Amino acid sequence: MLNPADLPSTFVHPESCSGPAQISIQNFNLWYGKSQALHSINLPILQHEITSFIGPSGCGKSTLLRAINRLNDLIDNVTVDGDIRVGERSVYERHLDVTSLRKRIGMVFQKSNPFPMSIYENVCYPLRISGITSRATLDEAVETSLRSSALWDEVKDRLKRSALDLSGGQQQRLCIARAIAGNPEVLLMDEPCSALDPISTAKIEELILEMKGRFTVVIVTHSMAQASRVSDHTAFFYLGRLIEAGPTKRLFENAHSKATQDYISGRFG
Amino acid sequence: MFSFGSKQSDSQGASQAPQPAVLFKTAVRIRSRAANNATEGIPWIWVCAGALVTILLLIAGLFGVILSQGLSALWPHQVIKIQSENALVLGIPMRQEEGTDPNTNVKQMRRLVYQANRDFGVNEFAFVPVERLVESERPKDVWFVERREWGPFLGRIQTSDSNGVATDVDSKTLSAMLVGGAERSKQLLHIEKGALADLNATMEDLRLEKKSIERQLEAGAIPDDEATAKSSNVESQLARVSKDHAALSTQVQELRSVDEAIKITLLADNGQTKTLPVSQILRVFQPNSLSWIERLGIFFSRLWGFVSEEPREANTEGGVFPALFGTVAMTIIMTVFVLPVGVMTAVYMREIAKQGVLVSLVRIAVNNLAGVPSIVYGVFGVGFFCYTVGASIDQLFFQEKLPNPTFGTGGILWASLTLALLTVPVVIVSTEEALSAVPRSLREASYGCGATRMQTLWNIVLPKALPGVMTGLILAMARAVGEVAPLLMTGVVKLAPALPVDSHFPFVHLERSFMHLGFHIYDLGFQSRSTELSRPMVFASTSLLVAVVLSLNFIAIKIRSQLRKRFEGRGAF
Repeated sequence: MLNPADLPSTFVHPESCSGPAQISIQNFNLWYGKSQALHSINLPILQHEITSFIGPSGCGKSTLLRAINRLNDLIDNVTVDGDIRVGERSVYERHLDVTSLRKRIGMVFQKSNPFPMSIYENVCYPLRISGITSRATLDEAVETSLRSSALWDEVKDRLKRSALDLSGGQQQRLCIARAIAGNPEVLLMDEPCSALDPISTAKIEELILEMKGRFTVVIVTHSMAQASRVSDHTAFFYLGRLIEAGPTKRLFENAHSKATQDYISGRFG
Repeated sequence: MFSFGSKQSDSQGASQAPQPAVLFKTAVRIRSRAANNATEGIPWIWVCAGALVTILLLIAGLFGVILSQGLSALWPHQVIKIQSENALVLGIPMRQEEGTDPNTNVKQMRRLVYQANRDFGVNEFAFVPVERLVESERPKDVWFVERREWGPFLGRIQTSDSNGVATDVDSKTLSAMLVGGAERSKQLLHIEKGALADLNATMEDLRLEKKSIERQLEAGAIPDDEATAKSSNVESQLARVSKDHAALSTQVQELRSVDEAIKITLLADNGQTKTLPVSQILRVFQPNSLSWIERLGIFFSRLWGFVSEEPREANTEGGVFPALFGTVAMTIIMTVFVLPVGVMTAVYMREIAKQGVLVSLVRIAVNNLAGVPSIVYGVFGVGFFCYTVGASIDQLFFQEKLPNPTFGTGGILWASLTLALLTVPVVIVSTEEALSAVPRSLREASYGCGATRMQTLWNIVLPKALPGVMTGLILAMARAVGEVAPLLMTGVVKLAPALPVDSHFPFVHLERSFMHLGFHIYDLGFQSRSTELSRPMVFASTSLLVAVVLSLNFIAIKIRSQLRKRFEGRGAF
């Protein structure tokens, strides 16, 4: 086991820095009250590629994910330092409209959380809150998103039924449809498969792979296998620090730091 | 684990024959079973189940007593003969009890007998020693007559021919006469409550207008000539309306004299007679010659009359419709106030305000408000709503009617507001609980989609919390319907001249005093001429109040389960 003092400094492989960065995390620190959860994170996330965050529980990977769309604002006593940029603009800009930022970033949560409404209303929720009322626009967005999340054929005859009637896997795909309905630039996924059975997991992973090229996807996962299957880049976190980031293949086969090698090979974590 | 083991060994024990050699073993087994019972808490289960059964019995007893007494008051009972000092008299036997004869000081079983005929020199209720009741003699031709005045009558009905010779009336002629009488009363009532009441209202309005012109003239708000023109206009209108009124009154007089000419005679057992217009009679039947079906018919007709008619004879007879209407109307008005105010307060405290010392203090204060005795709210209601707010409204808008108060006295609006104040803590507390039970994941999902706080609250949090809010509303309504003390001060009356809703503009008169079932029960039970006389109405009204509470709750629970179904899946939108 490593002590914080012995932790190596961050190592980011140059391949993960080449190309346009959709999100760039710059010297980012975060505190819950007095305890520091993230320590000077520096990480570019490349546009239209899939990046996964791995690391043992409590290493801050979810916290970092939620810092990107400022969902941490909902928790009292969170303070931050440093910067995160999505596109050109800083997320922590002084007069930023947080809702418009979140509209550019879709999010899928660990536990599927459809609203207690119809399937149709669930998917078009992001559009409705943006004030879109045109039936044709909504219909089109619902169909496109449901097709993208491979749910259309299963639910097209019961769009007016409650979303809570769907199975767990279907609910999670519905949440993905909802996250992409507003046509965001970035899709954040916080352990999207941890509550699902293997078949549903496989379906969702397939979806994530299809998202590549359309959205910049950041996925937090506990499953090393999942990270290696779906992601182009992987970032390994430990005790609130970014240890290593790079192309997934490099990290899994030939990691730079000893800690990364140990974690990936299952020696701790 | 213990119970499993003991049951197994038990069944083995049962299958074995009880041989002397294993007697000791069996004894041990029994002892260990007793020990297991104790560890499993079997005695405690019995104690708890016993408590539950006791409560169930109490509830069943409560409803049983109220319902049986209430419904029995409407049932057409049989009439028997009673051996009086010198003759047999008629009476309906009621409850039996042991009492002491005031003359001889001897203990005896006696029975309360209802003899009716209040205006024939008869004690309506009398205690009669049991041996003097002649159960066997049940005269078939006795009539039970329900009248507009003087209470029921027991005896014979006669008509007189042109020579003044009285003969017993046959039921066919009687029912034809009654139909005619009912028709004439209906006609009279239609004119009096319709056209005549309209004219009265118009005259009152014109009088107020005249007063207002005089006031304006005094204040110098309008010039002399304009005032003269206006008031002469009002005068001419008033003259016209008065003429109409006089004409209509004459018509009513004529109708009434026609009606009063058609008479029948009631002949009591003691030989006394009374002649009265047929239209005074509401319902007649021969209680001893009724079949079960006819009895049921009368029962339901009385039941309908009870809930749909106005009270008569200082509320001891007739229906309770105004009280029923007042109770439901007051509860609905209260709901209209309490729901938005309570929900908004809770939303502010739970969702918007920063959770801190101040909010905690407010929360404690709200919880304590729920425990304040209701009479305190009554005192506050009369002091604040009636004498402060109401009096100011009168000063501003109803100056013509002063010194007669309009809003400056008790009324259904003030009573409803007082009850809303009384029940708002319940709504706040349960709404807060419902809001805090909305899962964080749902809020995060909404914020994650880019929703603002208000959008999240309105689209996600409030709908999800709605079933919990309904629970609070059900509790609030249940408390409000049964509350009497605050109403005593804020507008409930024994007999309201008019309902809060009628056909005169503006149709809803929230300033009017009203009748309420809870107060009706109190008034009948403690303020009426005779306890025996009002006892049946007390129980019948109580049954109705219970029915109102239950049905209001039932409706609210039904709505809540619909909402729950909607927010927990199953079914379409």
